[in-house]
Amino acid sequence: MTRASSRWIAQRLAQMLLVLWVIATILFLIFRLMPGNPLVAYIDPNFTAEQQRALVHEFGLALPLWQQYLLYLKASATGHMGQSFFYHAPVAQLVWETLPNTLILTGGAVIVAYLLGTAAGAFFAWRRGAAAEGIGIPLALAARAAPEFWVGMILLAVFSFSLRWFPSSGTASPGVQYASVWQQLTSPDFLRHLALPLATFVLYLQGLPLLLMRSSMLDVMEEEFVVMARMKGLPERRILLRHAARNALLPVATAFALVIGYSLGGDVVIENVFSWPGLGRLLVKAVASKDYPLAQGAFLLIAAVAILMNLLADLAYAWLDPRVSYAKR
Amino acid sequence: MRSGSLEALPRPRAAGAAAWRRALGALGSVLRHDPFAAAGICIYAVFVLVALLAPWIAPYDPQQTIVRGDDLMASRPPGREFLLGTTNVGRDIFSQLVYGARPALTVGFAAAFCVTLLGTVVGIVAGYSGGWIDALLMRLADVAFGIPFLPLVIVLVAFLGPSLWNIVLTMALLLWKDTARVVRAQVLVLRERGFVESARVLGASPVRVMLVHIAPNVLPVALLYGSLAVGWAILTEASVSFLGFGDATQISWGFMLQDAYVSQALSSGAYNWFVPPGICIMLVVMAGYFISRGYEELLFPRLRRQ
Repeated sequence: MTRASSRWIAQRLAQMLLVLWVIATILFLIFRLMPGNPLVAYIDPNFTAEQQRALVHEFGLALPLWQQYLLYLKASATGHMGQSFFYHAPVAQLVWETLPNTLILTGGAVIVAYLLGTAAGAFFAWRRGAAAEGIGIPLALAARAAPEFWVGMILLAVFSFSLRWFPSSGTASPGVQYASVWQQLTSPDFLRHLALPLATFVLYLQGLPLLLMRSSMLDVMEEEFVVMARMKGLPERRILLRHAARNALLPVATAFALVIGYSLGGDVVIENVFSWPGLGRLLVKAVASKDYPLAQGAFLLIAAVAILMNLLADLAYAWLDPRVSYAKR
Repeated sequence: MRSGSLEALPRPRAAGAAAWRRALGALGSVLRHDPFAAAGICIYAVFVLVALLAPWIAPYDPQQTIVRGDDLMASRPPGREFLLGTTNVGRDIFSQLVYGARPALTVGFAAAFCVTLLGTVVGIVAGYSGGWIDALLMRLADVAFGIPFLPLVIVLVAFLGPSLWNIVLTMALLLWKDTARVVRAQVLVLRERGFVESARVLGASPVRVMLVHIAPNVLPVALLYGSLAVGWAILTEASVSFLGFGDATQISWGFMLQDAYVSQALSSGAYNWFVPPGICIMLVVMAGYFISRGYEELLFPRLRRQ
């Protein structure tokens, strides 16, 4: 790790914090400056007068706006996000509990979609003009254009309700408990629950890596070093994997951040179709039941996940392509 | 791209009009000659017609619960009387599908227009001005990039109230960044070109240079992103409606899917209810992809050989 690279990482971290701060500020403004009484946003109308006074004090709701803002920033930074009206539990606890489920589903889907998408894209580029391409490309496009919740509904109707191969909701059968995350991830019951949401998610995400990889491969395959490899009489498979695919991967990796951007939107929708207890479902439930502290907490954590995944994508890209100079980006 | 400003110096207004006419003419010919783009335009045309003529095409009122004698026509299978069957409370699915084209296209085109306009203006201003204006606008784009889109739409729509226009507004606020980035990149190249240089030397004001000499030339890029934004907007509206934050007074395809989902249409196997709206959404979104493919060929002629 050179000095330039550590400086670049520091810059990216600073930018990350800036984005988080802007998001927190936007949330503050939305929740405080909305029409009507701002107290409504923070205090459960069913609380007793004493509880309400305590909350007014806790959030500093009687203070001037700028002081409220500073208090809010301090509370968010230290992880005090208030009390959920609906669950009567601390928001921080609720969002931390659901975070792993979101990470497993989104992270798993992004990885699988990228592996399958780039492999299929390379294959279609290699078999240019074959029947497989004529069917595969329109199918990939259609899967990308279809609303992900609708794909999920069809998978549910066919594989869960009609064939009964997979459960229709949740992460575990009733009464099932896991001793560790590893045990959960490897248990057949959990994987059966994960299968349909993951498949839906992968169908939603595969289009971009697939199409990008295909066009990138087509470009690379006309380059001199591939022609040279052919002339040397290297086996086709070796040319494909060692020469073409490796170089074609870079533009696909660049688009990774883009995929992460919309993967969290997809996550919110897919979690709701499959009643997957993650952050997206929590957010929708909170907004629907006007549980503002919870909505705020869930949103902040989703934003943090997005920003963190972007940072990881940047690091991975810099590692993949040594030509990328840290200092210049 | 000839230098249009010199020959038409005495009549600056005409030069501007000519530049725009030329740009639009080039676009039109691409759309006519690319089979994919033509297919996309056809799909749009059909859906626009359906949306406009909805009252004449739909056999029933989409909200009406149909009763025959004493019988509620609930959960009827597709047939001659009800083309796609009825919902669990006796509403005609085909009529809902026809009327659903209206909010979808309204949101799609309105949001795409706002996103493209805002993104193009920001991109041109940032790229042409450079300096701190550029830096500020691009930092803003970075921030907009970091905000998860659909979750923010949900939160905003929940606060501003469920209406199509609030969805359009939030989309415009968040999605301008993609268009702005590519337009800016294009402007950075154009700025150094001879015809822009000569216009500047001849004393054209910055606003005039941007409007007459730069804007027509970034039009294809802007429209490429615009045609993709139509699909994005329609998908977003459908997702928001599906999650239950849509405008309940309007039947949209997303609303139909939500209705089917919560009414146990999945477990009762009512495919006639929830399959058609998804196909409609898919077709409209694909039309956007097809059209954008046509623009891509105009922008990157190298693709044409593939």
